[in-house]
Amino acid sequence: MNAHSQDALPHDDGHAVQASHATLRGYATGFVLSVILTAIPFWIVMGKVFERPNTTALVILAIGAVQILVHMVYFLHMNTRSEGGWSLLALVFTLMLVVITLSGSVWVLYHLNHNMMPMSVQDMNNMP
Amino acid sequence: MTAGTSAGAAPRYYLTGEHHPENGTLLGFWLYLMSDCFIFSALFATYGVLGRNYAAGPSGADLFDLPMVALNTSLLLLSSITYGFAVLEMQRDRARTMLIWLAVTGLLGAGFIGLELSEFAHMIQDGAGPQRSAFLSSFFTLVGTHGLHVTFGIVWLVTLMFQVGKHGLSQANRRRVMCLSMFWHFLDVVWIGVFTFVYLMGSIR
Repeated sequence: MNAHSQDALPHDDGHAVQASHATLRGYATGFVLSVILTAIPFWIVMGKVFERPNTTALVILAIGAVQILVHMVYFLHMNTRSEGGWSLLALVFTLMLVVITLSGSVWVLYHLNHNMMPMSVQDMNNMP
Repeated sequence: MTAGTSAGAAPRYYLTGEHHPENGTLLGFWLYLMSDCFIFSALFATYGVLGRNYAAGPSGADLFDLPMVALNTSLLLLSSITYGFAVLEMQRDRARTMLIWLAVTGLLGAGFIGLELSEFAHMIQDGAGPQRSAFLSSFFTLVGTHGLHVTFGIVWLVTLMFQVGKHGLSQANRRRVMCLSMFWHFLDVVWIGVFTFVYLMGSIR
């Protein structure tokens, strides 16, 4: 390691870089949990574990959400203290907008789709 | 943070609020990732709306090869943990082993991209290209955008390996390693959404 590197910035004392202490235990825990949380949904779908498709969909979506949380905590080192809490604040705000985007789009367009179904002759005659 | 103790009326300065982050780069990069998250949420919403409009063409259950997707998923997951090992080696100031782990990460990423491209090629060859149906258009846009991100991640990774080789583990290079770490793990998070929402849910009959 060369101490006098020319591309280091003057104010670059490395506090923030060293602030996130990655540990082998953290990565290992995250990895084992991820492997389990990846294997279960693949097994559920490929082994046709549940009779009803809706049950399968709900279960694998829930497991996916848990796995995203695991990655956030163990791999992205997300906590309330990183960057003085601003990372978490930005994440919460983003998640809020993502939920609005996803549920809003699906909800609105599902109803639009439903209302644009081909009409029968009877429906047509009953139109105002 | 005292301005002086000689004069009794001298103003004293001290911070009352949160300590300002010393280095804004990591927070700024995190904000970039959040904006990237918006791109993916729009593409996921598009897929959620159009994903069942097959236009009398093939459905996900016809097209998706789940064992291949499982292999792809494990490649990306393994690359996440190998990047973690690279970060751990960096914290121990061992540049050489860090570079080896970064190379392993890059190879796993390249394997992921290779498998995805061969999947795309097969689908297009079978007449299931992006122009076939709304489902396939949204599928190729969403999965392709993720693949493009991984590709650029690999380009960045190779560039970073050369920078570390030339300048060693300088503070600037450490910061870059941490930024790419966030980028790489973030792409793995997006992939969780893709394999759950697109591949697995699309394969349920």
